[in-house]
Amino acid sequence: MTKIGLEIHSQLTKLESKLFCSCKANYREFEPNTNICPICIGLPGSLPRLNQKAVEKATMIAMALNCSTPEKIAFFRKNYFYPDLPKNFQITQLNLYGNTSVGGTGILMVGEKKIRITRIQLEEDPGRLIYEGSSEKNLVTLVDYNRAGTPLVEIVTEPDFENPREVREFLNILSNLLENLDVSDPSLEGAMRADANVSIEGGNKVEIKNIGSFHDLEKAIHFEITRQQSLHSRDIPIIQETRHWDDKRKITVSSRSKEEDLDYRYFLEGDIPWVKIGNEVKEKLKSEMPESISSKKQRYISKYNIPAQVADVLSSDKFYSDLFEDAHTKENAKEVANIITTDLMGLVDTREKRESSKLKPSHLQEIADSIQSNKITRNSAKNALYEIVKTGKKLSDLISELDLGNVSDESELLQIIESVILEEPQAVEQAKSNLLTINYLVGKVMQKTKGKADPKLTLDLLKKKIQ
Amino acid sequence: MNIKISALQFTREVKSGSISAEDFIAKTMEQIQNIDDNLHAFLSINDKAVDQAREIDKKIKSGGKIGQCFGMPISIKDNICIKDTKTTCASKMLENFIAPYDATVITKLKQQDAIFVGKVNLDEFAMGLSTEFSAYGPSKNPWNTDYVPGGSSGGSAVSVSAFECVASLGSDTGGSVRNPASFCSTVGYKPTYGLVSRYGLISYANSIEQIGPLTRTVEDAAFMLNLIAGLDSNDNTTVDNNNEDYLKDINSGIEGKKIGIIKEMIGEGIDPSVLSATKDAISKLEGLGATCEEVSLDMVKYSVAAYYIITATEAGSNLARYDNLRYGYDFSVEGFEFNSYIEKARKKFGSEVTRRMILGGFVPSAGHAGRYFLKALKVKSKLLRQINDAFKKFDLLISPTVPILPFKIGEKINDPVTLFLIDINTVTANLTGKPAISIPYAISNGLPIGIQLIANSMNDKLLLQAAYALEKTVKLPEVPI
Repeated sequence: MTKIGLEIHSQLTKLESKLFCSCKANYREFEPNTNICPICIGLPGSLPRLNQKAVEKATMIAMALNCSTPEKIAFFRKNYFYPDLPKNFQITQLNLYGNTSVGGTGILMVGEKKIRITRIQLEEDPGRLIYEGSSEKNLVTLVDYNRAGTPLVEIVTEPDFENPREVREFLNILSNLLENLDVSDPSLEGAMRADANVSIEGGNKVEIKNIGSFHDLEKAIHFEITRQQSLHSRDIPIIQETRHWDDKRKITVSSRSKEEDLDYRYFLEGDIPWVKIGNEVKEKLKSEMPESISSKKQRYISKYNIPAQVADVLSSDKFYSDLFEDAHTKENAKEVANIITTDLMGLVDTREKRESSKLKPSHLQEIADSIQSNKITRNSAKNALYEIVKTGKKLSDLISELDLGNVSDESELLQIIESVILEEPQAVEQAKSNLLTINYLVGKVMQKTKGKADPKLTLDLLKKKIQ
Repeated sequence: MNIKISALQFTREVKSGSISAEDFIAKTMEQIQNIDDNLHAFLSINDKAVDQAREIDKKIKSGGKIGQCFGMPISIKDNICIKDTKTTCASKMLENFIAPYDATVITKLKQQDAIFVGKVNLDEFAMGLSTEFSAYGPSKNPWNTDYVPGGSSGGSAVSVSAFECVASLGSDTGGSVRNPASFCSTVGYKPTYGLVSRYGLISYANSIEQIGPLTRTVEDAAFMLNLIAGLDSNDNTTVDNNNEDYLKDINSGIEGKKIGIIKEMIGEGIDPSVLSATKDAISKLEGLGATCEEVSLDMVKYSVAAYYIITATEAGSNLARYDNLRYGYDFSVEGFEFNSYIEKARKKFGSEVTRRMILGGFVPSAGHAGRYFLKALKVKSKLLRQINDAFKKFDLLISPTVPILPFKIGEKINDPVTLFLIDINTVTANLTGKPAISIPYAISNGLPIGIQLIANSMNDKLLLQAAYALEKTVKLPEVPI
């Protein structure tokens, strides 16, 4: 049986400041080495100043993943030399003296499958190394410390996955969960990273590092399973090792450095006293926690009678569910859900499109109400939505500007129908013998009205005219 | 102009107008100029000190708001950051490090109109107890310049003792304030861990070290504590002292107090003159109405070993950043390879720092932590339990600050183990976080002896009251400079 475990790193991108100083947690918009201070570049004499909000958010994640949460937590120093690490040690967590990291064992369900969480810890992200020229033969390595000290949560799972598909599903669920908790924006580049370990029946565990994206993670796991199986089939032993993902060649390569032998000389970080997280704090955090995705989904189904599949899509994406929550009323809920899941999704399917979108919940409300009151057709709504996302204009303005208003005036519609009947004598004959083909004529009317004709009225009038 | 006055007397006289800050600072700078070539307390001098004093005098004359220091000349150990000033840790590694920020204690003293006359010498990165490990050469004991001034805050003690300032700030990791205070006959005080912010103090062993004042009198030490103590958002380990006034009621006396004499600190290896001074101090305290009784803290036997293991472990981590990429920079990238590059930078460390870095790489490592680092932590927690038990019975503990008299420069430098053992009486207060003070008590063969008092955590006020009472029983000759 194949066993796969994950080690996921997620930045707490929604926090204002870094883990130990007041520099911005959102380092991405800065010129290199301008989002830094004596603390995050570890100048002599500086001391870490723990961001309590980070502890709270990390604890929230632990609770959302059904992890045990200790009474008090501690930080440790992980000592190793690397140019991206300003102090040459990383402040992280470790369960050295009992459970002292923000989260102990927990569970996340992937469909019917239980994935066990080993632990969750809070730590600082190092800086970034930028290699000039090719990564093999470069003369200069540049260091950017803007990222150094960004709050990072490490989530470690048990080897409970059996194939890459389960890994993908888990990561989707986890990334939706983190976004829903409003702690992280996983769509930001580098905000969520994962390493994997893979073993097959009869072989040792192999760790894969340096995987750039979730897409590559799946490929790397695939590759690794195939590699191990082919070794196994030829009776070549699978050794325990760390392998690096080679992004260019799309294969895993054995690391020459013996990472297993690294000795991090862990010890307690004396500059940060133990942090108590008592029941009061936990209760407070629980009350502040956003509604879970599954509870949202249940509510959408039971309260608004929204189909399960629609409710699923709507609840698992925070962007959509936030829109829905703000736009819907008891009367239009189903309509709003429909607009979001059928028409809007294609318009805002990337991070960039979402950011530039001018759509407000009030727009959705207006559109839904206008459809329900027959002011515009679904088709017109779609056209309006496209404009609104681009310009943010009011629906009422767009209706006149783009002439989207329903043609529901009988005499106007009758004129159009009559001209269609004249133009399509063959289709009229067909419809007379087989009423089902009348839809062709309805379509023609729609064409002439640019989709604005009230479909029900059109059908009624057509039927009358033909019979 | 008499510069041989206490800090409090200085503030009173400037306040009353009987002296000007400018005259006093000018005289102090002159003193430094005259004698520091010989004593070598200072690593750098503030050449704007006299101008700063003139500004303060102006402020006083114009009736402006003036801080409690009134331009008081203070020296600062060169491991505490002053903005835009070189902070070298007496190391070649930080030869060119100009701090871009003020330590919290510096910010506080600046707000009170203190004047920093200069940065003073120490053992490299505060590792040592003689200043002989300074990369810039040792300081000398003003009582006899053939002798060491103690350390690591040796420059602080020398500058206070030789009237090159009225007070100094040092740091105490295992006795580094109290040891040189004892050797140079000044007051040296290590407050409760967390009472004074360490922000801006360059870390050596951060879990146990503390900034503390070296002064001429116990009152001055209490005054300095008033200025620098308190909660600091930049140091998560600081504690709230509710703006305690440590000067108030300092003369309360010690009648009825119970004092424990730490048995393990007056036994084997103690110099007879140190022992007799200690016994004399005990009888004086009894004369003041205290009751004294021996108490055993048997973990003290292992305290020095535990201390060196813990400090080496933390030093190995705290000093890891000095790696040639960021400090000790070498421009040549010829044959660049990261490890050899670090090795190059490490050559800028002196022998004692190198020794402790190597030790710090070994004692907490995976294969050896059980035998060294984890055992040291056990000693530390047992020692804490024992001393807490002792404080259930006693208000204070007493011992000599150092078991021996100051030694000659060069005498013990090649004997690190003997040097280590000299810390036996001072490391307990660091390992347990308790406040401790050394007060000048006697002179033997022209060399000073200090007595140490230790109190329970956050009982700094009681400690200062007792030290004040004992100090009043002592009359010592003036330093022969």
